[in-house]
Amino acid sequence: MRRKISYAKKRELPLHLMLLPGVAFVLLFAYVPMGGVSIAFQNFLPLRGLFNQDWNGLENFRYIFSMPNIWQVVWNTLFIAVMKIIAGLVVPITFALLLNEVKNVVFKRTTQTIIYFPYFLSWIILSGILIDILSPSAGIVNQFLGLFGVSPIYFLGENSWFPFTMVASDVWKTFGFSTIIYLAAITSIDPSLYEAAAVDGAGRWKQTWHITLPGMQMIIVLLMVLSLGNVLDAGFDQIFNLYSPQVYASGDIIDTMVYRMGLQQAQFGPSTAVGLLKSLVSFILISTSYLIAYRVFNYRLF
Amino acid sequence: MYTTETRGSRLFKVFNFIFLTCVSAACLIPFIHILALSLSDNAAVMAGQVKLWPVRWTVEPYLYVLEKQPFWRAFGITIQRVVLGTLLNMFLVILLAYPLSKGKHKFSKRMLYVWFFFLTMLFNGGLIPSYILMKELGLMDTIWVLVLPGAVNIFNLLLMLNFFRQIPDEMEDAANIDGAGHWRTLWQIYVPMSTPAIATITLFFIVGHWNAWFDGLIYMNRASNYPLQSYLQTVVLQFNFQTMSPTEAERLARLNDRSIKGAQMIVAAIPILIVYPFLQKYFVSGIRLGSVKG
Repeated sequence: MRRKISYAKKRELPLHLMLLPGVAFVLLFAYVPMGGVSIAFQNFLPLRGLFNQDWNGLENFRYIFSMPNIWQVVWNTLFIAVMKIIAGLVVPITFALLLNEVKNVVFKRTTQTIIYFPYFLSWIILSGILIDILSPSAGIVNQFLGLFGVSPIYFLGENSWFPFTMVASDVWKTFGFSTIIYLAAITSIDPSLYEAAAVDGAGRWKQTWHITLPGMQMIIVLLMVLSLGNVLDAGFDQIFNLYSPQVYASGDIIDTMVYRMGLQQAQFGPSTAVGLLKSLVSFILISTSYLIAYRVFNYRLF
Repeated sequence: MYTTETRGSRLFKVFNFIFLTCVSAACLIPFIHILALSLSDNAAVMAGQVKLWPVRWTVEPYLYVLEKQPFWRAFGITIQRVVLGTLLNMFLVILLAYPLSKGKHKFSKRMLYVWFFFLTMLFNGGLIPSYILMKELGLMDTIWVLVLPGAVNIFNLLLMLNFFRQIPDEMEDAANIDGAGHWRTLWQIYVPMSTPAIATITLFFIVGHWNAWFDGLIYMNRASNYPLQSYLQTVVLQFNFQTMSPTEAERLARLNDRSIKGAQMIVAAIPILIVYPFLQKYFVSGIRLGSVKG
């Protein structure tokens, strides 16, 4: 018995060694910054070194909640993020259903190839393109709308348009990717179900409604649950590259505010405090979503 | 689906076809327009004549980019980060996925490690603590700041891990009986058996490194250390006349700013275009393999 245990231990030693480098990286670059959230409770001055800072209790939190625009920023974040989640479900599901009706393989492939190309480009390139085509004076979009007598719209410079421009351009980048996921779910539906339905006299609409959609139900609900963890992520990469001071009222989100406070105005304490609050709320949301996904769908990450 | 052809279904087919074509066109037109701009004469761009096809062809914007040293220096830094970063990423992802793919009976401490990695998906220290850490480590303005912090990518680790799981346990047991330890089993059996997964994940890492811009922007104090996307962020998105040399300014008088920006974006997108067919090939299997397995 003893020998057996020590044999098993010996078999496991290489496994621990294999994990060692990765663990070291994660410890240094993920866990050490977690300890760094203590800056949220300090009057942090970069020049004084890491361990020579004055603690100021909850002063930073009092400060951020006294900022006049804080609730506007929270609202902007939630609004844009939730709109993106909804659009990110509805558009790809609709598109997958429509694409599934296409029998011509070449057309189907070509469409897929085109729609998920933007997914692989960075928000830098996509933003550069958007700024050009959405320009009110020379942009091709406003030129096109002008054909129908629409006067130029400043999509990126007007508060009434900015959030919707963010949602629409996010759909442009991501919906092709999600469409593929849903298409994969559709193709895994048992074809004999359709045969049986056809025999019973069900037309296309009925087949879609009673077989295809229920067949996708699992994955739709699962992705909905998992997206719960994203309601505080309105998309820093996109908004940072497309917003400007004149649309702060509708487009400034938590992450962009953290960036400006922290790295542009050097308010390390308050900036970390905002980040910490966001991380804590996200922690609860993401944990809950994984827990539900695990309990209800037996969804396991590892 | 199985139905008989009715008039309604034929009508639907036509409308579906038109609708899907329009949406695809709408997705593609912005790129075509930018490409047309980058190949058009200044006057034509100024007059707003350029739509989807270049007007009075010129490659001058591309010649301008070709001669632009900061662009190619940034390009080189990105190549460096892609090579170093992807090598390190792949090495670690393979090394981590193997032990974590083992069941509890083979690796008793597995859950401990799983939680260690899982926690980083739930909580992070945020921007400022990470920034200060890089500063304290003296990594600012080095290539390593673009490579080391993201060395372990949990999403791709999950992909690799799920692929390793599909390899039957008997393979390892057989290798074990033949006297191979875990190291040899990993490199001589698991890795060769996983080439599709390794190809997929390598591509994901390459694209990820190619597209990354924020780390370069904040961790590099000198603009001469920017990788390509960070460089583009500053020249394409926050264009500044003051940073231009006189010759550049003179050239700009002949060239259109929109064409030059367009040309730079196109050149920066070419590598993605090159790997795109391969991405596509492995893409769906990659998704099925990992992220969503319901």
